[in-house]
Amino acid sequence: MIRAIRMRVMGGTSRFFRIAIALSSLWLVLFALAPNALLLLVAFFTRSDEHFVTPVLTLDNYIRLFDPTFLTILWDSARLACIATVICLLIGYPFAYIMANVRPNRRPFLLFLVIIPFWTSSLIRTYALILILKSKGLISELLTMLGITSGPVSFMYSDFAVFIGLTYTMLPFMILPLYASIEKLDRRLLDAAKDLGASSWRAFVHVTVPLTMPGIIAGAMLVFLPALSMFYVPEMLGGAKSMLLGNFIKNQFLVARDWPLGAAASSVMTIALILMVLVYSRVSRRGVRNREGGRGSGGALRSEGGMR
Amino acid sequence: MQDAIIELKGVSKFFDDACALADINLSIKNGEFLTLLGPSGCGKTTILRILSGFEKPSSGEVRIAGICMNGVPPEKRKVNTVFQNYALFPHMTVAQNVGFGLKMQGLPKDEISRRVAEVLRIVHLESFASRRPAQLSGGQQQRVAIARAVVNNPLVLLLDEPFSALDFKLRKEMQLEIKHLQRKLGITFVFVTHDQEEAFAMSDRVVVMDQGHIAQIGTPEQIYEEPENLFVARFVGEINILEAQICEVRESGQYGAIIDGALFPLRSRHTFAQGDKVMVLLRPEDLKIGAPDETDGPCLAGVIEESVYKGATVDIFIRLAGGQRLMAAEFFNEDDAEINYNPGEKVSVAWVDGWEVVLPDDPGHTDARHGRD
Ligand SMILES: Nc1ncnc2c1ncn2[C@@H]1O[C@H](COP(=O)(O)OP(=O)(O)OP(=O)(O)O)[C@@H](O)[C@H]1O
Ligand SMILES: [Mg+2]
Repeated sequence: MIRAIRMRVMGGTSRFFRIAIALSSLWLVLFALAPNALLLLVAFFTRSDEHFVTPVLTLDNYIRLFDPTFLTILWDSARLACIATVICLLIGYPFAYIMANVRPNRRPFLLFLVIIPFWTSSLIRTYALILILKSKGLISELLTMLGITSGPVSFMYSDFAVFIGLTYTMLPFMILPLYASIEKLDRRLLDAAKDLGASSWRAFVHVTVPLTMPGIIAGAMLVFLPALSMFYVPEMLGGAKSMLLGNFIKNQFLVARDWPLGAAASSVMTIALILMVLVYSRVSRRGVRNREGGRGSGGALRSEGGMR
Repeated sequence: MQDAIIELKGVSKFFDDACALADINLSIKNGEFLTLLGPSGCGKTTILRILSGFEKPSSGEVRIAGICMNGVPPEKRKVNTVFQNYALFPHMTVAQNVGFGLKMQGLPKDEISRRVAEVLRIVHLESFASRRPAQLSGGQQQRVAIARAVVNNPLVLLLDEPFSALDFKLRKEMQLEIKHLQRKLGITFVFVTHDQEEAFAMSDRVVVMDQGHIAQIGTPEQIYEEPENLFVARFVGEINILEAQICEVRESGQYGAIIDGALFPLRSRHTFAQGDKVMVLLRPEDLKIGAPDETDGPCLAGVIEESVYKGATVDIFIRLAGGQRLMAAEFFNEDDAEINYNPGEKVSVAWVDGWEVVLPDDPGHTDARHGRD
C-alpha cells in the first residue's frame, strides 16, 4: 500500500496525497520523533530536584542500568514478554489459520470476535480479569461448583495471572498480522507439497510457516514490545512482586522522579525496537520478492536458459 | 509391469448437484502419452485431480498399477503433477524445489543432490540450481516444475495445461521438449489441454471430452480422420457438413446417397437403411475444386464467394446451388493459376472417394455449437 501511495505521489497527479503525507509526517515528527529524540537526550543529562533534569552531560544513567536489580528486571521482563509472545503465537496461529480458511462469509464474524475487545479500554478489561481470577471469582466459583477444589482459590498475583492478562490483551495484535499473511498464502503451494509426498504437517512446516514468517514476526513484535513495557497489567495482576521494565520506567518518571534513569531505560527499549524492525523489514522484503516471483512473470532471462 | 497403469471404472463426480464427470471408463497404458482434450469446463482438471487424489470420485473406482486408490491421499500416491501455474515454492531455490519430493521420501542428502543435479541437466537448468523461482523466466519455471515432478520417478506424470502461460513460440518448443522427455524417461504422461493441435502434436492417444463424458478415444489420426460424432469432428478442426439421403444400399458399408441433387458413392462404418438422412463430413483440405465442366465422377456445383490468403494455404468459401456454404483449403502455389478463383466464378466441388465421414443425422447439427473456444 505504501508503495502504491508513493507511486501516486511521484506521479505528481494527486495533491490530496501530497497534503495527506505532509500532514501525517508532521504529526509523526512532532509527536513521535521529537519525544523520542528528547528522551534519548535526557538519558545523557543529570537528575535535578527542581527541574527534573539539568543539561549536564553524563553517561552515569546508562552505567546505573548495569545495576543487578535493573538487570534482573530487564531479564524478568524479557522472559515474561517472550513467554507471553509464544503463548499468543500458539493460540493466535491456529485461530488466524482457521479464520483464513473458513468460508468467506463466516470471516467477518471471527474478525468481529478479534476486534470486540478494542471497544473497551484495556485497563477496564484488566479489572474485569481480576473479577474472573480472584479468590471467589468466576473461575474459583466454577471449580468449587464442579467439586474440583474444596474452597475458594485465587489465581491473582502470580506469573500465571500476568500471562493471562498479557495474552488476553495482546492476542488481537498477534492474530491480525498472522491472518493477513496466511490469507495471502497460495493454497496451490500446499497442494504441490502434498503431491510431492508431504504430509499435512510437513507441508505446514516446510511451506506454510516459512511463507507466513513475515506475519509471525510482525505479530511477535507487536506483542513482545508492548508486553515488555506494559506496566498496568503486571502491576494489577502480578502484584508488587513482579517489577518489570514498564513499571520500572513508570516509577522513575512518576515516583522516583529520576527522569534521566527512566529515559535511559526506555531508550534501551527503543533500541531493541529498532533492531527488531530492521530484522522484520529484511525478512518481509524477502517474502515479498518470493511471492511476486511465484506468478511466473518475466521473460528478460529467457534467452539465457534457452533450449539446445 | 501391467499393461494398464491407470484404470478408471465407472467414475462419476458431482459437485453438489452438478455433474462434472459421468461414468468415465478409461484405461491408460503404461508408458503412453495420453491427452485429455476438450472445451473449458468439460472435466479435464477434475479427472487429473481424481488421479492425483485431491478429489474423491462420487462413485466408481480408480486403480493405479492395479491397486485401488479410493481413499488414498495425494501424498501416498506414486503420481506427480505439473500444476498449471507451476506452484513452485517461492522461498526455496531451484535445487530445493526439485529436491523437495526426495526430501519428503527421506532420502540421504548426497543422493538427493545427485538426483537433483541429474534431472536439472536433463531440463538444461544445471546453471540455475541456486536461483529462486522469481529469478527465472516463464519457460524456465515451467521446466523446474517438470523437473520437480519427474525427479521422483512417478508411475504417472499429470500435466494440467502446462503451457497456458507461455507465448506461442516457446509453447511449440516446450511441446517438442516434453514429448522427447517422455520418450526418454518412459514415464506415462497424462496431459490436459484444450488446444487440439497441441494434443495431436504430442500424444499417442487422445481422449476427447464433452461435458463430463468421453466423446472419443483414439490416436490423433483416428480422432481427426474418423471422428465418431459431430462434437469430435467439430472440436478438432474445421469441418464441412453436407446433408444427404441414402438412396441405395450396396454391399459392405457402401451406399449411394443424394447430396444437393447429385448421386455420390459413400462409405461408412455405420449401417443405414434406404431413405435415412445422414451427414457427410468433409475436412476443408479434402475438398477438390475444379472447373464446372470437369466431369470425372460426381460433383457439386457452386459459386466462389471469397478466398482468404493464409500463407501456406488459401481458404476458399463456396456457395452451393442448394444454398449451403463450404470451406475448402488449398495449398498456395504462386505458379499455379488454377487456384486463383475470383468471387462469382462457377466451380465444381468433389472429394477423394472414401475420405468422407458419414454419420447418422443429428437434428442439432446446425446449432452454433462450434467447439473452438
Ligand atoms: N471445486 C468445485 N466445486 C464446484 N464445481 C466444480 C469444482 N471444480 C470443478 N467444478 C465444475 O466441474 C466442471 C468441470 O471442471 P474442470 O475444472 O474439470 O474443467 P476443465 O475441463 O479443467 O476446464 P478448463 O479447461 O477451463 O480448465 C465445471 O463445470 C466446474 O464448474
Ligand atoms: Mg482445467
